[in-house]
Amino acid sequence: MTRTVPAPEPNVETQPFWDAAAQGKLLIRRCNACGEPHYYPRALCPFCLSADTRWEEAGGTGAIYSLSTMRRGKDAPYTLAYVVLDEGPAVLTNIDADPDDVAIGQRVRVGFVATEGGPPVPMFVPISVSG
Amino acid sequence: MTIRNKAFIAGAWEHPTRLAPDKTTPQLHAECAAGVLADAGLSLTDVDGYFCAGDAPGFGGLSMIDYLGLQVRHVDSTDTGGSSYILHVSHAAQAIAAGHCSVALITLAGRPRSEPFRGMRMNAPETPFEHWVGATTHNSYGMCAARHMHEHGTTPEQLAWIKVAASTHAQHNEHAMLRDVVSVEDVLASPMISDPLRRLDCCVVSDGGGALLVVAPEIAKSLKRPLVAVRGAGEAVKGPRGGMNLDLTTSAAAVSGPAAFAEAGVSPADIQYASIYDSFTITVLIQLEDLGFCAKGAGGRFVADRNLISGVGALPFNTDGGGLCNSHPTNRGGITKVIEAVRQLRGEAHPAVQVPNCGLAVATGIGGALGQRHGAATLILERQ
Repeated sequence: MTRTVPAPEPNVETQPFWDAAAQGKLLIRRCNACGEPHYYPRALCPFCLSADTRWEEAGGTGAIYSLSTMRRGKDAPYTLAYVVLDEGPAVLTNIDADPDDVAIGQRVRVGFVATEGGPPVPMFVPISVSG
Repeated sequence: MTIRNKAFIAGAWEHPTRLAPDKTTPQLHAECAAGVLADAGLSLTDVDGYFCAGDAPGFGGLSMIDYLGLQVRHVDSTDTGGSSYILHVSHAAQAIAAGHCSVALITLAGRPRSEPFRGMRMNAPETPFEHWVGATTHNSYGMCAARHMHEHGTTPEQLAWIKVAASTHAQHNEHAMLRDVVSVEDVLASPMISDPLRRLDCCVVSDGGGALLVVAPEIAKSLKRPLVAVRGAGEAVKGPRGGMNLDLTTSAAAVSGPAAFAEAGVSPADIQYASIYDSFTITVLIQLEDLGFCAKGAGGRFVADRNLISGVGALPFNTDGGGLCNSHPTNRGGITKVIEAVRQLRGEAHPAVQVPNCGLAVATGIGGALGQRHGAATLILERQ
């Protein structure tokens, strides 16, 4: 990642997500009432508004739904993307790879990238054919 | 209750400036207010309702109402980004139909070329998860274009036709920032900004503003201006909803558009002129599909068939040059969409782009970020 990544600001609703990120784990949130998973995580389920929700560790793999590589500005190039996790939720993220080697539909795996003085953030890298 | 024929747009005014280093933003709002009152033939004391959005300096409508010297009995500062002002016309018509005001003033103004960008809202719930990804409007809409190309085979050449149509119209607008007619080849030769969107797929950045007056029927009929009725309206907000409802190829206009057509009792085939929010070429293409001017996935062919060019195609659009060539004041293009639709319905568009006997028009817009969360608003307007 050539770009310096600004630090996210954890809050009381999402602190466990960032604590897990520091240990290399990607958490999503799942509702015990309706069963739906979601990301970004909320205390109350965005499908039924139940407060009975729990943290769940995601497998960390998924596929690129769409992407766009910024070609202008001091941070360019970097690739903005949605990755749909195998558990279902889509994650707005960056693909930390050569922009010419990424495409919609590609399988990717999470990796955590250091930020400026905050917890690391989940970005994704392509899963190699052999891996 | 319907708003159909309960309110009329009696004033529509676009500020001629595109660069205003020597004025303040409140001053531009006031100049727009003065301009629209003169256009309608009304005065400051006639205004009893005020509508503004996030571009208005200060606290909701409070600062601007006091600055402008208004005395109102209805206020609405709903902010759905650039679509706000299209939505405001609908809300104003509702307020007028309910008797809560009779002359509603809507203003927009700002100076993105002359003032530093104020930045995103850091207290939004998504901010800790999204602010570090480097999202701008360009790559947010770029993801929508990339997905549309992936699902439907849409091409950069097809998107370029939207800019070609806008530039064909802008050549006649003395205030337009970009008046040179461009070709598909010109668009494809412009620098890549964020894949697959190139510089000429993007709207301009302009200082400026605009204003509208929405009034009760008896007031509209007492004025000397042509009658432009609000015939139908719709609005919607869409986001990825926990990442489970992500769909970048369909906008909230798929809800606001059909709602507006249903209230108006007309179909897309009846529309003679369309103002379509054009922050980027892809924004236009997705709305054309969502409003039903063509099937989902057929937008590329629709625009490449020159349908958007006035005097040539079936659906003349953005005859002022739109955001792509004319103006995109304070990065919010909703109000200029309504203004050009009113010009067309009054027969006051430039003669080279005026739709003959234009009786029915649509103005539709997207605000926020199409790739993340956005609002849509659609208006059906009728000359009476």
